[in-house]
Amino acid sequence: MAVEPDLKIELGKQGVFVTTISEIYNWGRRSSVWPMQFGLACCAIEMIATTMARYDLARFGAEVFRPSPRQADLMIISGTITKKMAPQVVRLYNQMAEPKYVIAMGACAISGGPFKQGYNVLKGIDRYIPVDVHIPGCPPRPEALIHAFMALQAKIDGQPLTGSERPRHLDAEAQGLFPIPHQGAHDLEPPVNRLVWPLPAPDGGHE
Amino acid sequence: MKTAEEILAAINSALPEAVVELVHNPSVSAQHSLRLDPAHALAVAGFLRDDAELALDFCSNATGVDWPGKEITEKVKVTRVVDGAETVVEENIKHQEPGYLEAVYHLYSMKHAHREIAGPVVLRMRTVNRTDQVELPSLTPVWRSAEFQEREIFDLYGIVFTGHPDLRRILMWDGFVDHPMRRDYVDPDDYEYEPTPHDEVLKRVEHHKASAGVTA
Repeated sequence: MAVEPDLKIELGKQGVFVTTISEIYNWGRRSSVWPMQFGLACCAIEMIATTMARYDLARFGAEVFRPSPRQADLMIISGTITKKMAPQVVRLYNQMAEPKYVIAMGACAISGGPFKQGYNVLKGIDRYIPVDVHIPGCPPRPEALIHAFMALQAKIDGQPLTGSERPRHLDAEAQGLFPIPHQGAHDLEPPVNRLVWPLPAPDGGHE
Repeated sequence: MKTAEEILAAINSALPEAVVELVHNPSVSAQHSLRLDPAHALAVAGFLRDDAELALDFCSNATGVDWPGKEITEKVKVTRVVDGAETVVEENIKHQEPGYLEAVYHLYSMKHAHREIAGPVVLRMRTVNRTDQVELPSLTPVWRSAEFQEREIFDLYGIVFTGHPDLRRILMWDGFVDHPMRRDYVDPDDYEYEPTPHDEVLKRVEHHKASAGVTA
């Protein structure tokens, strides 16, 4: 149950701070999203630039890039995911503790980008793991990454703590482990995790 | 820096048993190359590196080329007896030219630090065919920098380098079969919806639809 904004301001003027559990809980979560220290290709250079003084991702509470997936909340898929690397990316995602989020950064991470028709590049990481924010661009500018980060914060802020829309870590039934694709003779097997992403059928509709 | 012809003459005088052929490049760059026979390639490579005048001590690049087999149609004039009279008839004779795989090496000399930008000295080696006789001698014992690049050629083109210290796939995973840079490699059918398919993608769409049994 949300507090009416006008009432909240009025009470604040009187020195009374009113909030709700979900508001303060989500404020805490969104203000300390620690990304994983993990880069895949040229987009990683832009991600590194975003953390440096000029763009300063620390302003959003995300300055601590954790070298271990166990301590990270956010996976920024920054670059091309080759079919050789994809199983390791999914494994790292599985190793992250809930709550966990994914930003797919750049054309390659969201769709395969310029390498889409090649034999060795995955056509978007959302084939295997759920992605919260997609950023187009080749590579996206640091401002775009900051925008994506703010979009993620808004998403976290808007999550209810109960009900069917609650985040995965508050849902005991929710699927937290995602199957790691196997490297087959020519392609990854299976080529897509249909629970995460229903592959569009050839006629353009969804299966 | 010596020209390819001069290098060829030097090889012929030092190693008379080696069969080296000058491959002409008719384009403007005139970047001629030397085709080595696999049996003597290692000896020739060692000579090129160790000869004081050439001192080609740096292999900057090694790559592969796939030359698929092709059908060649030749027009031949044949004398035939037609209706009791001898006439000259043009006939098309088709024959299969077998394909082969090629390894190409680019060499420079660090010792002489060639000032004139004449491009690299280019070596070539050809396999017998594209299927079962794909061995070539590895030049890694001569130029260490060829090691990873020969692994890449092995991975993507399927040339087996004998004498290579560690011949494994380098870019594709170990369980991968086939060699994806060959001209006849067929990509897996991992087609996904494209709003505006064209050219290659359109062909794939049609193939995918046909195999999925969709009529549109």
